[in-house]
Amino acid sequence: MEQLVLLGDEAIAQAAIDAGVTGIYAYPGTPSTEITEYAERSGEAREGKIKACWCANEKTAMEAALGVSYAGRRGMVSMKHVGLNVAADPFINSAITGANGGLLVVSADDPSMHSSQNEQDSRYYGKFAMIPILEPGNQQEAYDMVHEGFALSERLHVPVLLRITTRLAHSRAVVKRHPAVTGQNPLQLPENPMQYILLPLSARKRYRELLGKQERIMREAEGSPYNRWIEGKDRSLGIIAAGIAYNYLMEHYEDRKCPYPVVKIGHYPMPRKLMEDLCVSCEQILVLEDGYPFIEELLRGYLDKGTKIRGRLDGSLPRDGELNPGVIARALGLPAHSGIPVPDMVVSRPPSLCKGCPHIYSYNALNEAMTSYTGGRVLSDIGCYSLGALSPYKAINTLVDMGSSITMAKGAADAGLIPAVAVIGDSTFIHSGITGLIDAVDHHAPVTVVILDNQTTAMTGGQPSPASSRIEQIVEGIGVEKEHIRVISPIPRKHEENVTIFSEELAYNGVSVIIPRRECIQTASRKLKQAKNQTGSGEEGT
Amino acid sequence: MKKDIVLAGVGGQGVLSISALIGLAAMKSGLCLKQAEVHGMSQRGGEVHSHLRIADAPIASDLIPEGKADLILSVEPMEGLRYLPMLSEKGWLVTNTQPFINISNYPDLDLILQEISRIPHHVAFNADEMAKETGSVRTMNTVMLGASIPFLNIPFEKFEDAITVFFESKGSEIIRMNLAALNKGRDFALKGLG
Ligand SMILES: Cc1ncc(C[n+]2csc(CCOP(=O)(O)OP(=O)(O)O)c2C)c(N)n1
Ligand code: SF4
Repeated sequence: MEQLVLLGDEAIAQAAIDAGVTGIYAYPGTPSTEITEYAERSGEAREGKIKACWCANEKTAMEAALGVSYAGRRGMVSMKHVGLNVAADPFINSAITGANGGLLVVSADDPSMHSSQNEQDSRYYGKFAMIPILEPGNQQEAYDMVHEGFALSERLHVPVLLRITTRLAHSRAVVKRHPAVTGQNPLQLPENPMQYILLPLSARKRYRELLGKQERIMREAEGSPYNRWIEGKDRSLGIIAAGIAYNYLMEHYEDRKCPYPVVKIGHYPMPRKLMEDLCVSCEQILVLEDGYPFIEELLRGYLDKGTKIRGRLDGSLPRDGELNPGVIARALGLPAHSGIPVPDMVVSRPPSLCKGCPHIYSYNALNEAMTSYTGGRVLSDIGCYSLGALSPYKAINTLVDMGSSITMAKGAADAGLIPAVAVIGDSTFIHSGITGLIDAVDHHAPVTVVILDNQTTAMTGGQPSPASSRIEQIVEGIGVEKEHIRVISPIPRKHEENVTIFSEELAYNGVSVIIPRRECIQTASRKLKQAKNQTGSGEEGT
Repeated sequence: MKKDIVLAGVGGQGVLSISALIGLAAMKSGLCLKQAEVHGMSQRGGEVHSHLRIADAPIASDLIPEGKADLILSVEPMEGLRYLPMLSEKGWLVTNTQPFINISNYPDLDLILQEISRIPHHVAFNADEMAKETGSVRTMNTVMLGASIPFLNIPFEKFEDAITVFFESKGSEIIRMNLAALNKGRDFALKGLG
């Protein structure tokens, strides 16, 4: 069988292709982005055999995958954990409609917030939707679980959630591919024409059906090869290790023989029988899981009486942040090593805008125009431009969730903060800024909206941005007055002119939109290199 | 055989490609590997590191436990110091001494170099200068890769193969420069080891 060295993300994409997926949909977000990037580059996608595409946001991506499943074929959607908040409506309802073709939802959590606003745990969403959750512990399992996830989804007729974390997503290891599959499912509509019509009358029926499936969903988990008991003689402690935490545990035992019994969890709902056996036979239970204390909370129960449970809630492990071999060693009372302490002189090196980045010149002009007003008025959003919160710019005052700039600016203006400024990127504007702008226009709110058009989704590595170069048409269509739509060029030479434009629009008592437009330095130079390479290799070919 | 390597540098310096090259050489030698990378935000000029583990038996954790790294390979002097708690007692710090200054409070370079010289096992040299001798400062990464070779128990040819594969699309001149850089780095580190 072919072996590849793959990131966890890439293993998921490869597996979906190998499992006969028809469509892969996503909105980029660290640490999930490489799934769709890999799929996009695959021969299958380039030849048009599968669809692998970036969508406007996670909700539209989730719904596209749901449409594929409706048509009887296999669909996958991937996103970062906070993306599942955006996709939550179709996600929860897809459990009620159920799946026709296999439907796999991949959500990549980011414990320790390496590049996120929070470390929410997607497993709660899986439980909320009452569907199976798969959680791989290594890249091979990530690959295998995609195959299993589709099959499981088709056996149970429910979507399946594949939960990964940053560490698995962005770590490489050897993965063995399965033999080629049988090809894609044929186009086949659901037998029951009412399955996808969630009018109360049929939704109630569907919901009861989902409830009725719970026993089977549990039975599948109890029989799953991803939930295993690993024998250990010392019953003073029993360990539950979920996903990647299992690896950190085993790191401490040379021959991979832990003295305590271990239940490895990779398929939820948690297998009741294994859990019960462990709790009954061991004096204490230590729960190792990346993310929130999901398993731990369920085991403790509200009254927390019975077997002594240790984990993140009793301080045996840190309450927040990613697990690692060291914290697990401490929880087990094993000696933890540490090398030489970091010398005091070492200072942190925060990320910063690239030299020559267009956002720099937008902020320089905005900052100067804002000197006539008191501070705290710039409500911003998420993207490279979020770095404008740091020195030397200190240009923005909020960053909450994608799309929150325009809407929060409107609210702040309603509350009397006039003018209020929104700063949002082109991709974020499409993701979830448009609806907010419609609200602002509808209520004639005194907000100045700055849409930074660097013609890409830069923060996540330069995926295409569907709004590039046509933002003015979109905002005009929404109803922003033409004379208050100002396209500017964020370059040093135009600084004075740009300051004037900002000042004029800040003074306007209504919705105005300023669009600084210049391509991201990184994507521009990549295109240049590619163009050169093409000529280069052409020459070599002769 | 088991080698745990922390690679360190600044976003954009190409730490991940060194990691990929060692990974490729390890694979070609039939070894197991796990390589944890950092993507995303930190790539914009922030601190970047990667954990690379190679062994002749399956590896459990993607992360190297603290105090267990055999080698810190750093393309920047201050960045190497950042990961010292990862280093084992017998571990080596192999570092470039050419600073990458993109922050206003970058410490005094002499103090950094003094600190490096206090690490029991270290190899420190200006890899940028050495790279220039091969024709391009951009081979600095490959010089550093070369300097790591004496610590890795992987045959030298495997690295040459890895370079050839990695730079295949870039043409023979680039491959030649990088092979020269590889040799220079290795020779220097060997001398340092005595
Ligand atoms: C719901 C959600 N999805 C995805 C992300 C990851 N993410 C943050 S900003 C961003 C896109 C930024 O693009 P753009 O607005 O064009 O700004 P740029 O980075 O190009 O400056 C992405 C994909 C997120 N934080 N939240
Ligand atoms: S990647 Fe592009 S948008 Fe982001 S900081 Fe660099 S130049 Fe600016």
